[in-house]
Amino acid sequence: MQRPLLVSVFIVASCGLAYELIAGALASYLLGDSVMQFSTVIGVYLFAMGIGSWLSKHVVGNLLVRFIQIELLVGLLGGLSAGLLFLLFTLHAGPFRFALYGLVLLIGILVGLEIPLIMRILKREVAFKELVAQVLSFDYIGALAVSVLFPLLLAPHLGLVRSALLFGLLNALVAAWALWLFRAQIGALAVLRAQCVAVIALLAVGFGFAGTFVSLAEANLYNEDIVHAESSAYQRIVVTRWRDETRLYLNHNLQFSSRDEYRYHEALVHPGLAALPGARNVLVLGGGDGMAVREILKYPQVESITLVDLDPRMTELFSQSPLLRELNGGALASPKLRIVNADALQWLEASPETFDFVVADFPDPSNHSLGKLYSTAFYRLLKQHVAETGRIVVQATSPLYARESFWTVVATLEAAGWQTAPYHALVPSFGEWGFILASRREYRPPTTIPVATRFVTPDALPALFHFPADMARIPAEPNRLDNQNLVRVFEREWGRVQAP
Amino acid sequence: MGQGAGALMRRRDFLAATSAAAALAACGSKAAPPLPPGTLSGANDVLGHRLRRPDLPVPTETRRAAVAIVGGGIGGLSAAWKLARSGCDDFLLLEMESEAGGNSRAGRNEVSAHPLGAHYLPLPPREARATRQLLAELGVLQGDPDAAHPAYDEKYLCHAPQERLYTNGYWQEGLWPTLGVPATERAQYARFQDAVAGLRQRRDPAGRRAFALPLALSSRDPQLLALDRLTMRDWLLGEGYTAPGLFWLVDYACRDDYGTAATQTSAWAGLHYFACRDGEGQVLTAPEGNAWLARGLARAAAGRVLQNALVFRVEQGRKESVCDVYLAAENRSIRVIARELIWAAPQFLIPHVFAAQRPEWLAGIRGAEYAPWIVANLTLSAAPQTRAGQPLAWDNVLHDSAALGYVVATHQQLRYAPAPTVITWYRALHEETAGHQRQLLQSRDAWAAQVLADLARPHPEIRELATRIDIHRHAHAMIRPLPGRLWGGRRRDFERGGAGIQFAHADVSGLSLFEEANYRGVLAAERTLARLGVSFASSL
Ligand SMILES: Cc1cc2nc3c(=O)[nH]c(=O)nc-3n(C[C@H](O)[C@H](O)[C@H](O)COP(=O)(O)OP(=O)(O)OC[C@H]3O[C@@H](n4cnc5c(N)ncnc54)[C@H](O)[C@@H]3O)c2cc1C
Repeated sequence: MQRPLLVSVFIVASCGLAYELIAGALASYLLGDSVMQFSTVIGVYLFAMGIGSWLSKHVVGNLLVRFIQIELLVGLLGGLSAGLLFLLFTLHAGPFRFALYGLVLLIGILVGLEIPLIMRILKREVAFKELVAQVLSFDYIGALAVSVLFPLLLAPHLGLVRSALLFGLLNALVAAWALWLFRAQIGALAVLRAQCVAVIALLAVGFGFAGTFVSLAEANLYNEDIVHAESSAYQRIVVTRWRDETRLYLNHNLQFSSRDEYRYHEALVHPGLAALPGARNVLVLGGGDGMAVREILKYPQVESITLVDLDPRMTELFSQSPLLRELNGGALASPKLRIVNADALQWLEASPETFDFVVADFPDPSNHSLGKLYSTAFYRLLKQHVAETGRIVVQATSPLYARESFWTVVATLEAAGWQTAPYHALVPSFGEWGFILASRREYRPPTTIPVATRFVTPDALPALFHFPADMARIPAEPNRLDNQNLVRVFEREWGRVQAP
Repeated sequence: MGQGAGALMRRRDFLAATSAAAALAACGSKAAPPLPPGTLSGANDVLGHRLRRPDLPVPTETRRAAVAIVGGGIGGLSAAWKLARSGCDDFLLLEMESEAGGNSRAGRNEVSAHPLGAHYLPLPPREARATRQLLAELGVLQGDPDAAHPAYDEKYLCHAPQERLYTNGYWQEGLWPTLGVPATERAQYARFQDAVAGLRQRRDPAGRRAFALPLALSSRDPQLLALDRLTMRDWLLGEGYTAPGLFWLVDYACRDDYGTAATQTSAWAGLHYFACRDGEGQVLTAPEGNAWLARGLARAAAGRVLQNALVFRVEQGRKESVCDVYLAAENRSIRVIARELIWAAPQFLIPHVFAAQRPEWLAGIRGAEYAPWIVANLTLSAAPQTRAGQPLAWDNVLHDSAALGYVVATHQQLRYAPAPTVITWYRALHEETAGHQRQLLQSRDAWAAQVLADLARPHPEIRELATRIDIHRHAHAMIRPLPGRLWGGRRRDFERGGAGIQFAHADVSGLSLFEEANYRGVLAAERTLARLGVSFASSL
């Protein structure tokens, strides 16, 4: 009887670690690439396992029956965990965290019960020292197997929902196997048998339909029709359409909605460029969707535009797709435009060129790599590429939701020796959004906007530069490469916005 | 955290310790894929060993210089730098390798430059005046070099995140093990930190720091010097510390700085690590490690460095010294005659090179041990993944490993897109003595397999990512600060130097650190300048 139980230790240990990894991966996938997700999930899980092994003392009665039931329950909860969480997230993001940690706690407790129970069962047959050694080594090997297989095979090939179901099935099969092996020592056979069959059937059906389920849920997540979805070398690109509204998501973060992107891009370009009648050469960093280029092309005096975007798939998509070309007015096909697909930092370090106007339209500083694009070092580097009378504009997240982050970027530009003119605009899809103009001399808003605009008009301009009390300047430390305090501040502020 | 969780932590610990064997068992019978290609390089053993064989060609040419510097590590280069900066250009630096830099050299491939040895310089304290002056000259220290906390160029300050520790299957922030560590043990961490903060502040009546860098400027308070007679571990035990995490961190520090375990390191040296600086742990680094500093120094000596030049015999006379130098690239020897000699090669070579032995030097060398090091540079097609915990940092330390972990060469690059990288893995053979270096002499493949097994625990995908593994061996890398070696009088005669000869290697200090080598080099140069009657402004 000993060998089968040790084999189950191996499987049980694999499953135990798998649920923890799946929950962690799902949380970071859905809640963003926050460094916190994995650590909190693992913390809660370890804590729960502790509770489980402590509780195991109180498990009495027929230990085999209890073991079988616990296996079924772990299988059921663990197996369905990823699917349930995913579905819940798409329906309503609010209670997601509660459900996530609740489920992790529950599964952790049950998993914590398993090994002590097996030890107690085996104790009747094997000397204790021997027993501990054997059980623990199978436990380790099981956990090790999963930690190796998970990132290499399971997550990429099966996906999280199916992986969870697979491990759930394994747990349930262990239960069924134990039931069969020990049938002589168990009383209420029929009930347990029915429970086994039900759980296995449910999980198997789930496994079969997981694919359909995931695409249904993803559609639910976007609440719109997906017209284009691909994973480039750098990011997940999804374009959706609903009625006459087109949206772009990068890594599940909304980049623009065709309904109000003109507000964003007009605000990004015109306050700076309209005040530079002599601007000939313009540089756009990020912004592979071509919308900022579209606004810049409205200025006849601009002779050349350089667009540096990391991802060639973005610039290809926005040059080729008729739907998207319509949005940027074919800007990416302009003969004035040069497209460079490169890392902006690397490109700037190597390039000798200078520009009259530079647009830095990067993703928000949500991790240390992106944080470099908002550092004193970067803004100093930019300075070498901006003409004496030139100017830059930086998108700088929301001064309302991420107030300290916004003013951190202002402080960073100032520490790098720029004079700043911060402003903001309401873009309904994003909320109140912040921008910063920076130059070597003082900036004065232009009295006319010489090109056609719908939102940024001369009379609207002064209000943009006025910050009401709830967004007004607060003290902030510059973001240097050696502290990257912006990444922490940003994470704290947006974490608060998204929390239930 | 409950009892159960504590037990679980230990389970994880064990899991972490089960190495490649278990991984192979778990992966089934699938044969291990072939090792990625790479080279084995290291201290020019072939050339170095020729010192012991008298079959080198006799010198056929004689060259004269006011000063000859033997060895172009940080010590020799610093001497050259100070001579050149003081307007004394009549010197020759003789370096046996094809490039100067010694332990601070770098490699380079299509992905990135990467260190072959020394890889960082902690922000130097005020006392390290020469080092600060050098940094100011290189434009990295901005403003007044004597300020308490000068500003440094962001490009060289280690970018965030600086360090993380892999423990219990999880990457935690910082190097103090905290995950699953009970509060009572963490209280000991705090007590230790308070104690070293006290030592950091402590000054003797003459105003000298308890532990200064360079160490020559330290207080000579006998109570403090007595610390040199016990081991760091015994000091911890004597102070009533028991927390395993504290012992681990201190042992890690000793292995990291001295290549020597805490059980063998002098307590004075161990405490020096913690108490000699006030830069709050910030360090300067670059993709090529400390090679940028070596090159910065070498620029001053341009044109006066002879590479591939092995000094195999030195005869010291009253008025001048004679160095016989084997030029490996030309397979011939020359004779260099100089009024002043600066010996900036390791001390253990003295008996093999000097024609006449001084008993006090031999006594100073007796019993000295050197820590061998293995440095592996892994070129990876992409950065290793983090499965749980803090993101990739510059320094990534492994808790349950005989090795120290790895630093990321591309960390300081201005780049935000994912890209191939080079990581540098360090292992001090802290348990090996120079006598039996069987492990050191392992083949490239044996080392590469060992490196992969070590890194596969945090990064199971490492084998798939690695496109090259280059192994660099340092046979006599660092002199070990064994108890008694720092303040037991053994260094005295080297510190003093003699008529016509100065010593400028980090060995003279007994601690293998950039600041020490730099100080010794500059000091040797200043004494030499004084003897030559050249006026100079002191950098010390
Ligand atoms: C793996 C490793 C990592 C390290 N990391 C750090 C670090 O991060 N920070 C730090 O501060 N320190 C570090 N160190 C310590 C490092 O040794 C010192 O920083 C410094 O480089 C020592 O310089 P040195 O001139 O005293 O000695 P060496 O570097 O040993 O220089 C001696 C030179 O003499 C030459 N030589 C020897 N014999 C002869 C001969 N007969 N003829 C001609 N030339 C000869 C050698 O080739 C060599 O170039 C590290 C050391 C190692 C091995």
